[in-house]
Amino acid sequence: MAGVDDLAKALEHTPGGGVILTSIDAIADWARGYSLWMMPMGTACCAMELIAASFSKFDFDRHGSIPRPDPRHTDVMVVAGTITHKMAPAVKRLWAQMPDPKWCIAMGNCAISGGIFYYDTYSVVRGVDEFLPVDIYIAGCPPRPESLQDAILRLREKVRAESISPSRVRAVEGVLPLPGDPLRGESAAASEGSDV
Amino acid sequence: MDIVELREHLCGQYPDLCPLFSIEFGDGVLLVGSDRLHAAARDLKDLGFDRLGMVTAVDFGEEFELVYRLQSREMRAGIFVKTRVPREEPRIDSVNDLWAAANWQEREVYDMFGIVFDGHPDLRRILLTDDWVGYPLRKDYENPTIIRRPDYL
Repeated sequence: MAGVDDLAKALEHTPGGGVILTSIDAIADWARGYSLWMMPMGTACCAMELIAASFSKFDFDRHGSIPRPDPRHTDVMVVAGTITHKMAPAVKRLWAQMPDPKWCIAMGNCAISGGIFYYDTYSVVRGVDEFLPVDIYIAGCPPRPESLQDAILRLREKVRAESISPSRVRAVEGVLPLPGDPLRGESAAASEGSDV
Repeated sequence: MDIVELREHLCGQYPDLCPLFSIEFGDGVLLVGSDRLHAAARDLKDLGFDRLGMVTAVDFGEEFELVYRLQSREMRAGIFVKTRVPREEPRIDSVNDLWAAANWQEREVYDMFGIVFDGHPDLRRILLTDDWVGYPLRKDYENPTIIRRPDYL
């Protein structure tokens, strides 16, 4: 990404570079928008709908959304299911392992707000947006694969409005730290080299 | 040996516990004292109860009731063994040496109720994080992050 950033910076300060930058943006966003590989963060029943979305009846491969088990291959994390306080550091670590640019879909009521576990529960995170920057929310308990399809299409619209220029690129900072997370604080630099 | 013969056998072996042995819905229920639990479990294993289905506990306020579910392929029957431990000092002998399945089950009971299993090889929390404070399935558990459901919902 450093090479792309340098290119975008140079183009922005070159006379007429904006035209070239816009053209490159169009190509890059076209490529990104039609190859939104999914990180299937399925932890509960929403994962069944997420699995069904990949199979032949709904066939998300035709949108370019291929589920990959490795976060380093993926562009969009689909959080499908309840996230407990014990699971949250693992989700955040997988999010940190995904390369930029990356997006997040909160699928289902549990990922949005905790859902049925909002009240009288000691162990569930009330919404995955407490520690991840969520782009698209899909309501439902669980949502149908058509809803996920709609989310992918809306996310594509969002991706195609973005730029490769660092001054205009979407901010991925602002990920809130979790208490006791090894990825934050003093150990962040050390763990980036070895673990992440 | 079926469940009725088992009752006769147990009545011969534990005459003082015989009134406490009942058959409910085809399954036996045996109440024993907490000091005799391990011996009773060993006897039942020798009688053919080769599988430990589950271990769980119930909070009755002053004391906890531990529930062990044993199953026998030979008798095609199950039996519940129940015992009670005081809340002030909840300790019980582990049955991990009889059924290896008790390892994680007893860790879960320890995690949720704080009951200590003597002789357990690896007694630590299994579902919650290691630095968790309190035992959530106790009736008096309190956690400031819990949002209580309002009456109108």
